[in-house]
Amino acid sequence: MSSQDHSDTQWPLWEVFVQPRTGAAHEHAGSVHAPDGELALQNARDVYARRGHAVSLWVVPSDQIVASSPSDQGPFFDPAQDKVYRHPSFYRVDRNFE
Amino acid sequence: MKLPESVDRQILFEYLLRLGDERLVLGHRLSEWCGHAPILEEDIALANLALDLLGQSEALLDLASQVEGRSRTPDELAFLREAIDFRNPLIVELPIGDFAFTISRQFLFDVYSRLYFEKLEASSFEPLAGIARKTLQEIRYHHRHSRQWMLRLGDGTEESNRRTRRALDELWRFTAELFQSDDLEAGLLSSGIAPDRPALFEAWQDEVAGTLAEAGLQLPREEHRVSGGRSGQHTEHLGHLLAEMQILARSFPGASW
Amino acid sequence: MNEPHLHAEDTPDAENALFEARLAAGEKIEPKDWMPERYRQQLIRMMSQHAHSEIVGMLPEGNWITRAPNFRRKKALLAKVQDEAGHGLYLYSATETLGISREELIDQLLSGKAKYSSIFNYPTLTWADIGVIGWFVDGAAIVNQTMLAKASYGPYSRAMVRICKEESFHKKQGFEIIAILCRGTEGQRRMAQDAVDRWWWPTLMMFGPPDEASANSEELMRWKVKTRSNDELRQHFVNMTVAQAHSLGLTVPDPDLEYDEATGDWRFGELDWDEFWEVIKGRGPCNRERMEARRRAHEKGAWVREAAAAYAAKRAAESASVTAG
Repeated sequence: MSSQDHSDTQWPLWEVFVQPRTGAAHEHAGSVHAPDGELALQNARDVYARRGHAVSLWVVPSDQIVASSPSDQGPFFDPAQDKVYRHPSFYRVDRNFE
Repeated sequence: MKLPESVDRQILFEYLLRLGDERLVLGHRLSEWCGHAPILEEDIALANLALDLLGQSEALLDLASQVEGRSRTPDELAFLREAIDFRNPLIVELPIGDFAFTISRQFLFDVYSRLYFEKLEASSFEPLAGIARKTLQEIRYHHRHSRQWMLRLGDGTEESNRRTRRALDELWRFTAELFQSDDLEAGLLSSGIAPDRPALFEAWQDEVAGTLAEAGLQLPREEHRVSGGRSGQHTEHLGHLLAEMQILARSFPGASW
Repeated sequence: MNEPHLHAEDTPDAENALFEARLAAGEKIEPKDWMPERYRQQLIRMMSQHAHSEIVGMLPEGNWITRAPNFRRKKALLAKVQDEAGHGLYLYSATETLGISREELIDQLLSGKAKYSSIFNYPTLTWADIGVIGWFVDGAAIVNQTMLAKASYGPYSRAMVRICKEESFHKKQGFEIIAILCRGTEGQRRMAQDAVDRWWWPTLMMFGPPDEASANSEELMRWKVKTRSNDELRQHFVNMTVAQAHSLGLTVPDPDLEYDEATGDWRFGELDWDEFWEVIKGRGPCNRERMEARRRAHEKGAWVREAAAAYAAKRAAESASVTAG
């Protein structure tokens, strides 16, 4: 489909991330269809934030998301159990200095 | 309810009906789109606008009801008055037409509504100022939606541009009414309760012209002006709208729902 | 995640075995995970049918928005129908994760290829129908939805959790509408009973064919997408709803209705499965009107969708040339 093709579509898909309150992280809420970022934001607000519980929204075209694949799980997300030096419990501090 | 000094109860009541009816009728029109919008996201968006307007109407008619001395509830005011007793401007009662017509009407109304309620926030009648403050957030969001759609329809395809031009041509003669004053409002203006309607016209026209230009559209050159809503002289459309809206309340007098 | 992970060179049998093991362990399947093609197809069918039902379901209730009798009912009904649009949207989004576009899904609905819940092919003839739909149809849906919130496919389960949270007011509103009618004028009471009489059997049919005639159920239950059978869900609904109806002084139109002391179940009469299949095949009271309405909205909306897309393309071209220039 060329960029000049205006044949009838449901518009591109966008992923929506909602920040439920200040200080919290944005969480994936779902997706909306929109022709551009401005309407994606408005649609996201109407669909996912009309009941409140949102102070900020991010919208990203779905095809812009780069994701790890399930087969990456082993090597990519190396379980940290055998690398105990990454966990606070590895370290002992004399109580006198806490 | 304690009224502002030297304000006639009936006059204030009439004024509040104007504001309440305007939002009730427009909200009702927008609700007609539900299930029939161009895309699912717009079904949700238009329903949102409708719900906000209905809520605004209820608040204003509730205040009107208090001013009147509670002889009629907001529901009775909305669902039992005849068309000749409604006080909305004509532009809001026009049928929804196509999406270009709905958006164009919404846009023209939203710019007026924002300018008007920005002034109403400073009303000397505190309950009304309070409603205006709360409503302004919604109005700003509505305006954002309608303005963005005007741009997309005006500067989208040849068909969308044509439909929008036709809509504006049809709507234009109804816009003047939004900026007309009368003795009733002149009196409320001098007591600081109501904003100065005619004074808003230039800002409205400038802003509308700006957005239209951005959208590849022009101000229509229509000279004809139509008004009459605030004296109950409506178009034929309002009668049909109310016949539908009020059918149950009228068929079962005094019933609860 | 403690299982050893499979790689591309593993056999289909091994992949299937791992998949079934994940399901048995109660794990969620996510969009990019390996899944049997049949699982994917069944999920697309089930989720899209659910989405279509929400969208078509907007029409019978939407029919009364402009005639709702007061501010409270008007706002509540409009908000409910808006929620249904939102639920359809969540479900289409979840279905799209399986590699099918919303254009295709909508085309399937409008061309008559896809099914949606049979209940929405019945007309809403009075205001009481709005109450009964909330009470019966949403009541039936809630039983189903609570089950689906635990479905094995992640996006479906998450969409359903969101939907369940929003649904709670729908059924309550419906029951409240009917309760007020039952305490109202003679005309209102008759209106309520008449609506119950028309919606009772179609609602029981919502649960689908009897278990022995339901082709997909067994597979869906094995795949933890469905955890209770059609007949189980139907009986649960009857027990709950008959009690509520009697508490309002209403009857259900079933001469064979009888309370079974031993099981605590309300035994009910035989459903008219001929009517059920007729409606499923497109010959119910409103099937054609529902499809006509959806087709019309879609066709009338084409120029709008195209305009917005054209505008976006123009702006994108402008900023591309600015960057290039």
